[in-house]
Amino acid sequence: MSLPPAARAALDAFAGCPGWEQRARLLMQWGERLEPLGEAERVPANQVQGCESSVWLLAERREGCWHFRAYSDARLLRGLLAVLLARVDGLGGEELAQLDVAEWFDQLGLSRQLSPSRSNGMNAVLQRMRELTRS
Amino acid sequence: MVLHSPWRADFPALSLFEAQGQTYLDSAATAQKPQALIDALTGYYTSGVANVHRAQHSPAERVTRLYEAARQRVASWLNAASPSQIVFTRGTTEALNLLAYGLEHRLAAGDEIVISALEHHANLLPWQQLALRTQARLVILPLDARGEIELDAAARLIGPRTRILAVSQLSNVLGRWQPVEALLQLARAQGAITVVDGAQASVHGRHDLQALGCDFYAFSAHKLYGPDGVGVLYGRADCLDRLKHWQFGGEMVRRADFHSADFHAAPMGLEAGTPPIAGVIGLSAALDYLCSLDAQAVRRHEQALLEHLVAGLSVREGVRLLGEPQAALASFVVDDVHHADLAQLLGEQGVAVRGGNHCAMPLMQRLGVPGAIRVSLGLYNDGEDLTRFFAALDQALEILR
Ligand SMILES: Cc1ncc(COP(=O)(O)O)c(C=O)c1O
Repeated sequence: MSLPPAARAALDAFAGCPGWEQRARLLMQWGERLEPLGEAERVPANQVQGCESSVWLLAERREGCWHFRAYSDARLLRGLLAVLLARVDGLGGEELAQLDVAEWFDQLGLSRQLSPSRSNGMNAVLQRMRELTRS
Repeated sequence: MVLHSPWRADFPALSLFEAQGQTYLDSAATAQKPQALIDALTGYYTSGVANVHRAQHSPAERVTRLYEAARQRVASWLNAASPSQIVFTRGTTEALNLLAYGLEHRLAAGDEIVISALEHHANLLPWQQLALRTQARLVILPLDARGEIELDAAARLIGPRTRILAVSQLSNVLGRWQPVEALLQLARAQGAITVVDGAQASVHGRHDLQALGCDFYAFSAHKLYGPDGVGVLYGRADCLDRLKHWQFGGEMVRRADFHSADFHAAPMGLEAGTPPIAGVIGLSAALDYLCSLDAQAVRRHEQALLEHLVAGLSVREGVRLLGEPQAALASFVVDDVHHADLAQLLGEQGVAVRGGNHCAMPLMQRLGVPGAIRVSLGLYNDGEDLTRFFAALDQALEILR
């Protein structure tokens, strides 16, 4: 399966990353690309439950493709959201359902961020994404 | 500064952590275990288990004796007048829930339950829910800037409608000792039942509960270098007798037919089902171990570590302590840095601290912070641990700023 351009860019950047420090800096850079949500969008209805930090996730379907916007107060989490969205944005429902997100994070060297003991909330984000796109 | 812990070698996990490059500074969440406890658990399981209070065979007699000896051990640790004042639970949380159910029949609509703004959810939610069930009012004692319950306000808020006062002796977020003696006096003057959450306090110094004079006291073994799944509820004899039974089944019953039953008095009547036998025996071994230490030396060591920690945090730009900690833990926030980011980068560097709301969401709201980083110390920590923490903190802050 061919990667969307943004995902290809993420893979190129992260796969060559030698250590936690560089990875952290890179995540923060990617996090800066997330467009902040407006006051009206940062409401409880859009908030992901189960995260220690505040995370908001919005999904919208246009011409059969899913588009997401997300934001968090925490910068590293913002970076994780950015690399997630790079992979999932623009996918159709079927593609999205079949995507192995864990593998994606693994390819980026970020698999630990999805471990069940992590309280950072990425698992809650994925859960929420599934809920939003199932209906 | 050289701050050596002579007890570090008693905890096998510490040398393993060291080999893995891990620095454990989360003992207020749960503490590492001494070899003495591990040996006691292994000993219990290898010499043959049996259920307690149930059978006439000799393994059961032996295990029941061990179990009851542990009750005696805990009683003397707390200076309780009698071992029958010690109820084993699954932890502090269960002990407090037991009270919130056991005391329900003594509350009426309009009565007041008084807690403080710093309570752990374990000493908030059971009372909050009890208040909702009975239409009682939950009254919250405010804190001063140091993180101490304000006595002036308490004197106003504890009044003739106060039925229950439930407060922590040592805050799990602020690390500050609370003026429990004075609060108990205020509550007693109103005839209120007094409950002390000793989950953190029990770990730092031994408390004489007869001298303290509370009606109930709760703590968890796992924070006190003991096993998890075991807690203790101490109660004054007359207070325990007035608790309603709350969980049913097993040997807590004296006589049962299909349609009615009578129950044992405390402690057995409050220990429904098979208790955590190994854990209770392990707790006893952990207390034996602690008794073998020079308590003064432990105290001085923990104090020196805390001073070093607080001093190091205070000189770092933008670091703000929550309250003025006095015992074994300190929580802080850093200007313009999210606690989750900091916790994650400390974790990446093998430093185990806690970031978040520390099971005290309302306290965080009062303090006006979304969360904080907490560094907490055990008697096995040393100056090196703090040096590694500070190095990791500086590194993380450099990346994040
Ligand atoms: C002050 C305080 N109370 C209660 C508890 C709850 O203890 P447990 O989870 O062992 O029941 C804790 C544990 O974090 C605590 O720190």
